[in-house]
Amino acid sequence: MSNIRTMDFDAVIVGGGGAGLRAALQLAESGFKTAVVSKVFPTRSHTVSAQGGITCAIASSDPNDDWRWHMYDTVKGSDYIGDQEAIEYMCSVGPQAVFELDHMGLPFSRTENGRIYQRPFGGQSKDFGKGGQAARTCAAADRTGHALLHTLYQGNLKAGTNFLNEWYAMDLVKNQDGAVVGVTAICIETGEMVYLKAKATVFATGGAGRIYASTTNALINTGDGIGMALRAGFPVQDMEMWQFHPTGIHGAGTLVTEGCRGEGGYLVNKDGERFMERYAPNAKDLAGRDVVARSMILELLEGRGCGPEGDHVYLKLDHLGEKVLNEKLPGILELSRTFAHADPVKEPIPVVPTCHYMMGGIPTNIGGQALRQDKDDKDQIIDGLYACGEAACVSVHGANRLGGNSLLDLVVFGRAAGLAIDKSLREGYETRAASQSDIEAALATVQAIESRTKGEKVADVRKDLQNTMQLYFGVFREGKSMQEGRKKLETLRERVNNVALEDTSKAFNTARIEALELTNLLEVAEATAIAAEQRTESRGAHAREDFTERDDENWLCHTMYYPAEKGIRKRAVNFSPTTVDTFEPMVRTY
Amino acid sequence: MVRNITSFTGNGVADWLVQRVSAVILAAYTVFLTLWFLALPEWSYEAWSGLFAQGWVKVFTLLAILSFVAHAWIGIWTATTDYLKNTTVRVLVQLTVILVLFVYLILTFDAVWGV
Amino acid sequence: MKVSVYRYNPEADRKPYMQDYTLDLPEGKDLMVLDVLNLLKEQDATLSYRRSCREGVCGSDGMNINGRNGLACITPLSQALNGKSSLVVRPLPGLPVVRDLVIDMSLFYQQYEKIKPYLQNDEPAPAIERLQSPEDRAKLDGLYECILCACCSTSCPSFWWNPERFVGPAGLLQAYRFLADSRDTATDERLAELDDPFSVFRCRGIMNCVNVCPKGLNPTRAIGHIRSMLLKNAT
Repeated sequence: MSNIRTMDFDAVIVGGGGAGLRAALQLAESGFKTAVVSKVFPTRSHTVSAQGGITCAIASSDPNDDWRWHMYDTVKGSDYIGDQEAIEYMCSVGPQAVFELDHMGLPFSRTENGRIYQRPFGGQSKDFGKGGQAARTCAAADRTGHALLHTLYQGNLKAGTNFLNEWYAMDLVKNQDGAVVGVTAICIETGEMVYLKAKATVFATGGAGRIYASTTNALINTGDGIGMALRAGFPVQDMEMWQFHPTGIHGAGTLVTEGCRGEGGYLVNKDGERFMERYAPNAKDLAGRDVVARSMILELLEGRGCGPEGDHVYLKLDHLGEKVLNEKLPGILELSRTFAHADPVKEPIPVVPTCHYMMGGIPTNIGGQALRQDKDDKDQIIDGLYACGEAACVSVHGANRLGGNSLLDLVVFGRAAGLAIDKSLREGYETRAASQSDIEAALATVQAIESRTKGEKVADVRKDLQNTMQLYFGVFREGKSMQEGRKKLETLRERVNNVALEDTSKAFNTARIEALELTNLLEVAEATAIAAEQRTESRGAHAREDFTERDDENWLCHTMYYPAEKGIRKRAVNFSPTTVDTFEPMVRTY
Repeated sequence: MVRNITSFTGNGVADWLVQRVSAVILAAYTVFLTLWFLALPEWSYEAWSGLFAQGWVKVFTLLAILSFVAHAWIGIWTATTDYLKNTTVRVLVQLTVILVLFVYLILTFDAVWGV
Repeated sequence: MKVSVYRYNPEADRKPYMQDYTLDLPEGKDLMVLDVLNLLKEQDATLSYRRSCREGVCGSDGMNINGRNGLACITPLSQALNGKSSLVVRPLPGLPVVRDLVIDMSLFYQQYEKIKPYLQNDEPAPAIERLQSPEDRAKLDGLYECILCACCSTSCPSFWWNPERFVGPAGLLQAYRFLADSRDTATDERLAELDDPFSVFRCRGIMNCVNVCPKGLNPTRAIGHIRSMLLKNAT
């Protein structure tokens, strides 16, 4: 298989979710030869599952709303390790990006004035935390992600983007200078392997929630971009920061939007007590997600959980009335009836904190260019590689993402990556072509899998990996047990390197794809484990029982995980927004 | 847009409308004849030819046969384009049906004008 | 429990066949059909099917379950069995099979693309969003929610016979979604593209589409609206 076919593009975007499609749209509209490589048909990407909305200060609900207030909330929500320049960019450019979505046809819900409907979400405030709860999340009922993803796909059809649907990207191709010059990919339908040559390679591969046993994430969220970056020797940032969403349906893991609480729903324990009033007296159920998730776990640990096992709490919605529920949360009614066998119109939904979002990812600048550090810890651009969306860590979410900020992140930084590539290509960016051996190096992973005829089943190893992460790296973490978890992961690496393919056929062989995905899950899990164990403090979503306090002196920084050393280096957080004053770290209360 | 020269009018809405209107005419004609039969004290050739001797019945009948031809053709055309995937077979069947409908039309004209 | 699955691998099999599996189900839990397939795949990794969100919003796992099109991930086993003792899973009917439960959806997507599924507005965009009243927005409800799973179009005989020329219920639902959008100004052009004997008028109103839609949408009603608009425009 040494001589595989080459397909030549200006830009190859790996991932057909919101971020990838937004980046592709920008480039296709500029007339660049752009390809989107997606392992599923684009509208089946995980963006489709986003429910509540896209948070942005478009001043519909409150005409005096200000993007700076949104910025304040986001910085506070991040527990102060979000990069302030990037957050400033996201919050200030956001309205433009949201209006563009409307112009493209996104069917937003509307106010009486005909403007976009906005609902309250967790962690939102007016006037820098002093003006009470804000309503800043733009919504299309409770199907905003679906509406957004379909709109972006439609926009790309109009713009003439090339789609390589049901193609799976395997590994980055690096030239002799270490620059990224494309990816190797496999057409799932035919099994053909191809080198996709590109001046710019964009990873918009989404999250990796499938490293955990219980997750709201789709089955496809296996962190392929993170895995590929790590195998290419590039660092990833803040991988210990995993958001556990307070309201995943107990047992099924499916997401119930924070918009439920935004519309007036609240959580109760087995005594019927609205317990968030104790943990967050002001914001109550609309405190940051990390705060709510931890409070729920504490309720369970203290024996106030619901059900025979006492292993969940209830989300109460029935008091909102059938009319409001039908109008504002129709998708939730469907999901709850299907997966929880509970009709929210009459009874509460059993929920439990569930792995939801990867705040970490491939470190990038605002233009989506991937970064690493030189020996003096200065940022250095990785030529030819870009990332955006959940796969990237730009970092706007820091240690904890606010609800509704992920969709904004997608469109703002998908667009920004498109603009940056546009500029770079117009300036005549060129690199040395990949040699035959460069391409072959990017086929090593798949060849290793294909060469083994005997070994373990993918499904067994995957299950053990997911259980390990769930057990040792969940909502609460502790040094000793994390070390134990790391040992298990070392054994799991050996097992992953020993899985055998039970099916070597070419046509639509999903067994091969699952084996490749498993290698990515392992890379993500290991980066998470090592970064989590090293960060000896509690911040945002990273809560340690042995280091319960935030430690700004030592850890007001990003962690950069380097795969070659299997260790981390620190990276400074950006505290220099360009048009507003720095938001200094404060004690974070809701 | 999909082109099709053998459909009745070549246009979807027109075909659809013709089929609906012709259906109404055929229904009205059927009701009219049924009522006439029921109201008749005794069936006879004289009564029958007397009915068709009236000018307005001639016009109504011709309208009905025109409706029948249009209605049948649209229906048959739809069915043949659905199920007959071989072009030669489909065209042959369509031509046969056209011929039969044409014969019906001529015979009806002849019969009604012969009264 | 006995599960019978349609198998076809173009490299190995000359003809498709049904393969029977026996599966021990966990007690006291009503699995979804997708869970069953996932358990089978642990047994037999060669079984191929599409899946992604596993919660009924991505539209990957449309298939024919005990004779009825639906999404495997939101079809409970109890409902699929409906008193019967075995589960029979086949690919969606009417389109070519790539492998096992995976169909080639090219024709389905082509019909979707044909109706120009994107907003067209020739007026310059305002600095903010284009305003739309809640009443006008309500006209899009029941239309924009389509997940392109193809359960409807592959249950439609008219689409089976003319997949190249009849747009099919999914495509027409989206055609009406843009015709009904107060922000879209291409109504006349859209209608002109649909004004032939096949694109819309092959719908005979048998409502199989409505019957199987996993999102509870009503393509037949949307097609009726398109027909009325065409009629109004033509007369």
